Amino acid sequence: MSILVSSETRLLVQGITGGEGTFHAEQMIAYGTNVVAGVTPGKGGQEHLGVPVFNTVRDAVEQAGANTSVIFVPPPFAADAIQEAAGAGVELIVCITEGIPARDMVGAKRAVREAGARLVGPNCPGVITPGEAKVGIMPGFIHTPGTVGIISRSGTLTYEAVGQLGAAGLGQSTAIGIGGDPIIGSTYMDLLPLFAADAGTEAVVLIGEIGGTAEQEAAAWIADNMDKPVVAFIAGQTAPPGRRMGHAGAIISGSSGTAAEKMDALQAAGVAVCESPAVIGSTVAEALG
Amino acid sequence: MKVHEFQAKEVLRRFGVAVPESGVAATPEEAEAVARELGGGTVVVKAQIHAGGRGKGGGVKVVGGPEEARAAAEAMLGTALVTHQTGPEGRIVRRVIIESGMDIARELYAGIVLDRARETFVFMASAEGGVEIEEVAARSPEKIIKEWFDPSRGLMPYQARNLAYAIGLEGKQASNAAKFFIALARATVETDASLAEINPLVVTGDGEVLALDAKMNFDDNALGRHPDIAEYHDPHEEEPLEVEAHTYDLNYIKLDGNIGCMVNGAGLAMATMDLIKYAGGEPANFLDVGGAADVDTVANGFRILMSDENVKAVLINIFGGIVRCDRVALGVVEAMSKVEVDVPVVVRLEGTNAEEAAGILEESDLEFGVATNFKEAAEMAVAALNA
Repeated sequence: MSILVSSETRLLVQGITGGEGTFHAEQMIAYGTNVVAGVTPGKGGQEHLGVPVFNTVRDAVEQAGANTSVIFVPPPFAADAIQEAAGAGVELIVCITEGIPARDMVGAKRAVREAGARLVGPNCPGVITPGEAKVGIMPGFIHTPGTVGIISRSGTLTYEAVGQLGAAGLGQSTAIGIGGDPIIGSTYMDLLPLFAADAGTEAVVLIGEIGGTAEQEAAAWIADNMDKPVVAFIAGQTAPPGRRMGHAGAIISGSSGTAAEKMDALQAAGVAVCESPAVIGSTVAEALG
Repeated sequence: MKVHEFQAKEVLRRFGVAVPESGVAATPEEAEAVARELGGGTVVVKAQIHAGGRGKGGGVKVVGGPEEARAAAEAMLGTALVTHQTGPEGRIVRRVIIESGMDIARELYAGIVLDRARETFVFMASAEGGVEIEEVAARSPEKIIKEWFDPSRGLMPYQARNLAYAIGLEGKQASNAAKFFIALARATVETDASLAEINPLVVTGDGEVLALDAKMNFDDNALGRHPDIAEYHDPHEEEPLEVEAHTYDLNYIKLDGNIGCMVNGAGLAMATMDLIKYAGGEPANFLDVGGAADVDTVANGFRILMSDENVKAVLINIFGGIVRCDRVALGVVEAMSKVEVDVPVVVRLEGTNAEEAAGILEESDLEFGVATNFKEAAEMAVAALNA
């Protein structure tokens, strides 16, 4: 079992003929993901990597039956691409693009909500259900099928956690990178209930970082609702206030958004909080007994 | 991106937000001339640096006329202004703004930020102006009035009236304030500002409402569509190494420790800093080399790290995904032949082609500490300091 993506996923790649789109579409196909269509305006009717290319997402949904989209469109056009997918009835939209202006995301997020779709990202590595579907840019080979769910604001730090789980003999049900921007499609709060209800997930790893209050909100939900073990790590314990640490959303403003307050909130909610990022895997192993 | 007060006021003026009459000067002579143009009466001379708390640090002077304005500018220009936000070394003042004096009846607060939790913009107003809004928020949050607005519609007139009446304005003052608030919201949205803060917002004896101070930050991701604002970038206000790193497309932030870090990915870079601290060391920097991590990137990364005199050991932590570790290893070996690196280097390469990478490092005649996992890498770097 898993959440969001599986062997049922019929994937559409928006921006499939671009450099990034081509490279990662190839990788996703090689992993075994069911890539059914690509979209590049003006290139409809062509075939790319053996996949039919359409001018619009609407065509890709109607003619190829796509139910999930992954977006590799440059930042100035990415918010439009998200809204195009939502408007065409795509259920799950995964946006990889980094550098979308925050104002554009305010509108895109509302359009996604109004369409009843789900957005993951932007500025994220994507979603993977090991052995079934890889929808994103993460290295497939480090993942193994298993029972640990991962929700993370970071890319390479997620790979690190997956590597540590692997070393401890633990695989993943589904691993989700939710992205490092201030406005993102899905937060911990949107995804924790899915893992809580998933029969194939026995524990959840939550990887957070400085900035915002998403981890505190997750802590409140976990305290009241979660009966599976949750292990967390918050990056940026040593980050100076007022500086943007790479991710647009990773900034401590005033005294709020610090790693310490997030760690306290999670600990109070019964989450096993790792002080060191090197013990994520072993802590999950302990939690699962 | 941060800008100076006079630049923020230029932006605001363009959108019809009321600001006092003013001019900018880079020399005492220019300051005197501006003061004369403003009518020769009382003016305020304010140092332009990217930091708050200028008044307490001596960077704001009210003077009686052009000659005094010249003297005040002379005292500020070229000197380091120290405030609670600059650190002990302060910031060199390169420009001053000269502004007409005003008959101030009240000092209020107005600010706009992106509210991450509500996923839209929030307008905040308070009757308590001239003090830090964080203080007001901590002490008496009920004194901050909020209105959330959608950027595509802007701040609605009724919302602007709600704010104006709630902070105790009446009659002409209230209608002037509402007009001011709507224009400020428009300026914020249309320029992709991530923050606009008017503190204090002043009401004059005549009921005029003006921005006495103005602070704006802009969304870096949107600067591409605002070339005029991108030009406001002032490299003098940044750490020189960070400016240099930026030209190499590297994301670098200098810290106070002595272990230089080179990492791929922002989250892993932060976690690496944390782990160094956990192992008993102090990170010298945040450095995300991004997804490329080729020879040039690694060489430039070394150049930046080695320019920081405090760096006594270097930790390279790469989790290869799409990036192949063997390529990174070749990059490290070649970069170390190009850039003089005279401190111990610990390398940890994990992920795609990690074994080939370890072979490359071992075969080179350079000395590395090769770590097999994250924890060991941080511990080796800390141990290398004491060796």
